[in-house]
Amino acid sequence: MSATVVTITSGKGGVGKTTATANVAAALAAEGHKVVCIDADIGLRNLDVILGLENRIVYDLVDVIEGRCRLRQAMIRDKRLPTLHLIPAAQTRDKSAVSPSDMVRLCNELRHEADWILLDSPAGIERGFRNAIAPADIVLVITNPEISAVRDADRIIGLIEAEEKGPARLVVNRLKPEMVRRGDMLAIEDVVELLAVDLIGVVPDDEQVVVSANRGLPIVLDGKSRAGQAFRNIARRLQGETVPFLDLESGAGFFERLSRFLRSGGN
Amino acid sequence: MPDWLNRLLGRKPDSAVQAKERLQLVLVHDRTDLSPAKLAELKDEIIEAISRHIEIDPQAVQIEISQEGREQRLIADIPLRPRRRRGR
Repeated sequence: MSATVVTITSGKGGVGKTTATANVAAALAAEGHKVVCIDADIGLRNLDVILGLENRIVYDLVDVIEGRCRLRQAMIRDKRLPTLHLIPAAQTRDKSAVSPSDMVRLCNELRHEADWILLDSPAGIERGFRNAIAPADIVLVITNPEISAVRDADRIIGLIEAEEKGPARLVVNRLKPEMVRRGDMLAIEDVVELLAVDLIGVVPDDEQVVVSANRGLPIVLDGKSRAGQAFRNIARRLQGETVPFLDLESGAGFFERLSRFLRSGGN
Repeated sequence: MPDWLNRLLGRKPDSAVQAKERLQLVLVHDRTDLSPAKLAELKDEIIEAISRHIEIDPQAVQIEISQEGREQRLIADIPLRPRRRRGR
């Protein structure tokens, strides 16, 4: 076994990194892959609550790195998805407790034991971000179709390239098709054109994401949710499958269709 | 609403169009760490350096950052003045 290390990052906080990590991890595990997710947001741990594993934490990432426990002891196994594991972040320490080379060493040790290692990066461009991308084979950048999130995503994409971890792959989260239709939200094509990177996922805004977080149940386990479907598609694309993007613009308004028709020269 | 229709009706462009245009400008400068003021300074220095060797029209000089994907390029367009006839 030799795992692929996928780091999920964003620049701006609050765009859905942790939700994306939890759900892509759960989707891969639901397909039978052995997945270890690592919460690299030291001091602001959250992946544990999103996955509903907060009551089972004994040891954390910093305990492993500082040798207070063995790697296996810090891996919490999800009872609903037996191939899904979490290494939680330390809550009472800060980012300086871990270095990029610590993360590389930890992931190299884990590579033999898993198919996928998913790293949830903290927001920002400092130490925590550098820790999270150091071991990455693939970096996913999450953004929202909002001006500040796109700007920060651009900055982070540049830094990922500078660290020779690029090209980053883009996930646009919390898209509101209705607002795009009204001309009040950047469309996917606009975001992709501005950032000039390949798209790996488009996740519609979905209230069920909040509900599933409340319950500590990944939304990919909900067969009816559109967001869940979008995350399952990201998991498949990570494995190299070609999966068409969800048609979020179906039922586009009259003007959009007319203007698209005119732009395309009536073809 | 398509942009042409907004203009026809004398309305502001859609906010998404504004967001895209503003991002296009801000990203160029974020990526290069080159503010409009710095770019203007660079332009003056280039004009000065070239003028020492060859006659150019400073007004016609154009310097801009072009983008291709995530690659940026500094493009300078510097028209040369025709050589003046010299007296024999």
